[in-house]
Amino acid sequence: MKIVVCIKQVPDTTVIKINPVTGTLIRDGVPSIMNPDDKGGLEMALQLKDQYGAHVTVITMGPPQADAILREAYAMGADEAILLTGREFGGADTLATSHTIAAALKNLEYDLIIAGRQAIDGDTAQVGPQIAEHLGLPQVSYVAGLEYKDGKFIVKKETEEGYQMLEVAGPVLLTALASGFKARYMNVAGIVDAFDKPVAVWGVDKVNLPLEMLGLKGSGTRVYKSFTKGVKAAGEVHEVDAEQAVGLIVSKLKEKFII
Amino acid sequence: MNFGLTKTQQLFQQMIREFAEKEVKPLAAEVDDTERFPMETVEKMAKLGLFGIYIPKNYGGAGGDHIMYSIAVEELSRVCATTGVILSAHTSLCMSPIWEFGTEEQKQKYLPKLASGEWIGAFGLTEPNAGTDAAGQQTTAVEDGDDYILNGSKIFITNAGPAHVYVVATMTNKALGNKGITTFIVEAGTPGFSIGKKEHKLGIRGSATCELIFENCRVPKANMLGKMGEGFKVAMKTLDGGRIGIASQALGIAQGAMDETVKYTKERKQFGRSISAFQNTQFQMADLETKVQAARLLVRSAAWKQDMGMPFSADAAMGKLFAAETAMEVTTKAVQFHGGYGYTREYPVERMMRDAKITEIYEGTSEVQRMVIAAKLFK
Repeated sequence: MKIVVCIKQVPDTTVIKINPVTGTLIRDGVPSIMNPDDKGGLEMALQLKDQYGAHVTVITMGPPQADAILREAYAMGADEAILLTGREFGGADTLATSHTIAAALKNLEYDLIIAGRQAIDGDTAQVGPQIAEHLGLPQVSYVAGLEYKDGKFIVKKETEEGYQMLEVAGPVLLTALASGFKARYMNVAGIVDAFDKPVAVWGVDKVNLPLEMLGLKGSGTRVYKSFTKGVKAAGEVHEVDAEQAVGLIVSKLKEKFII
Repeated sequence: MNFGLTKTQQLFQQMIREFAEKEVKPLAAEVDDTERFPMETVEKMAKLGLFGIYIPKNYGGAGGDHIMYSIAVEELSRVCATTGVILSAHTSLCMSPIWEFGTEEQKQKYLPKLASGEWIGAFGLTEPNAGTDAAGQQTTAVEDGDDYILNGSKIFITNAGPAHVYVVATMTNKALGNKGITTFIVEAGTPGFSIGKKEHKLGIRGSATCELIFENCRVPKANMLGKMGEGFKVAMKTLDGGRIGIASQALGIAQGAMDETVKYTKERKQFGRSISAFQNTQFQMADLETKVQAARLLVRSAAWKQDMGMPFSADAAMGKLFAAETAMEVTTKAVQFHGGYGYTREYPVERMMRDAKITEIYEGTSEVQRMVIAAKLFK
């Protein structure tokens, strides 16, 4: 089985601070980490590898320093690593990113593509599904569990109400939830070897797309403004029965001219 | 000159820190409270390859270096000194002498299982009447056909009980003093070898510290580690490396106490402001931080010299002396900064203070370290 896992390097938003004046992220001194859902996705791939045998390739689009997460992926057990990097890719929104990665993936063979559900810096959850669309692949998002039986994937998809169990044949794209796949730690011997392994560096020549579809040029969205959400006032708590609650809510909504 | 860690060492530090925070820290208070050997943690560490960090790959190790090993003991001890010493005794005191002095057969037989963590290792030197004066060994080994017969006992042996392999110093010729000492590899379960009393200790209470008892214990000649009469050299070289392990443990304890104290003094408010805002706090903490960083440089430099194949005996002694005394000072002051809360088991600093004390005692007391340092100075 050939598996490709799409991973992203992100600032560790659990330690990030926001400049109160400009409203922008203070990135200085903030460690960069492998995006947690992507790490869950890599774990999903490595579990398949442990159970059935597989060749796991990780690919990331980012600046040269994103090499760090590829080394981490090697130390966890990945077999091959690709860094997709170049100025042409800079400033990409989710559309340009997914076009670029999908085009790069056309150079590879795969039975399964895995992406994290979403990245903790953007929280869009769009790139994985968009890649599937560009490649014309079936997709299942929010994957919390996976089995492989008789050549098919049995996928446990998390929904707001519970889980759906889906059966799908490869090639397919799945987006993984970190909560479903507790990522293994890097292995000591793997760490020792990680920097001796080759990382393939792919530039714009590996992406067969017009330059207008890449980076900022290929982005359909522009960030107009980013700001910190204002602090909400403490809510009110009313301990009433259901019938009274309906009346209370309706009167509150009217009070605010919402209805 | 480069004071930074290599990329590999940094990646390793990232892993071990996360492992310590998520897997080791949550158990630390309970392991201390119940004096329980944390076997589940040992199994997790084994799976990651932590029991053979600097052992070469051809003997089943990870092929890393002594700096990585030092980082591992430091980061584990930062949250749980018990876990730190389990790794240190296994690695420095059992695997290292087998790697350094063992025959090819001994290395092939023991290192892969020790490096994988399938077997845990221990080292038996100390006796009721042979502590700092290691030459006072009373455990005897007498030749008998293809075997040696061991009689006597060892005390305060770390990892005794859970360990499968013991490197044991014995007296084979009393008349020769230091040159009459010979070391053997003894496996758990060998007839005549048993584990005696378990000690109840002030600190590192989850680590197993027991007596080893040898009663006509028959050990094959093939298990002699090093040459006949070379045991004192084996033991001294082993302790040199072990001191880097314990220095790293002390450093970790000190760092852990610093982390807790920075957090607490920022949160704790008295007289309308955080106690971290008081100059008394700031100046004392600045002095402690300086000592912790100085200890780290000494310890890392000793480990680096060992990796480079340079003499490191006095460096290890200086690292251990300074780190241990720093750990004791930092943890004592950490309790003071925490006030009444620091004296309770609600906060980890009281445990750290109890754990720190042993680092001034085992693998050579602070006085022994001064002897080693002075011996080099006045040679």
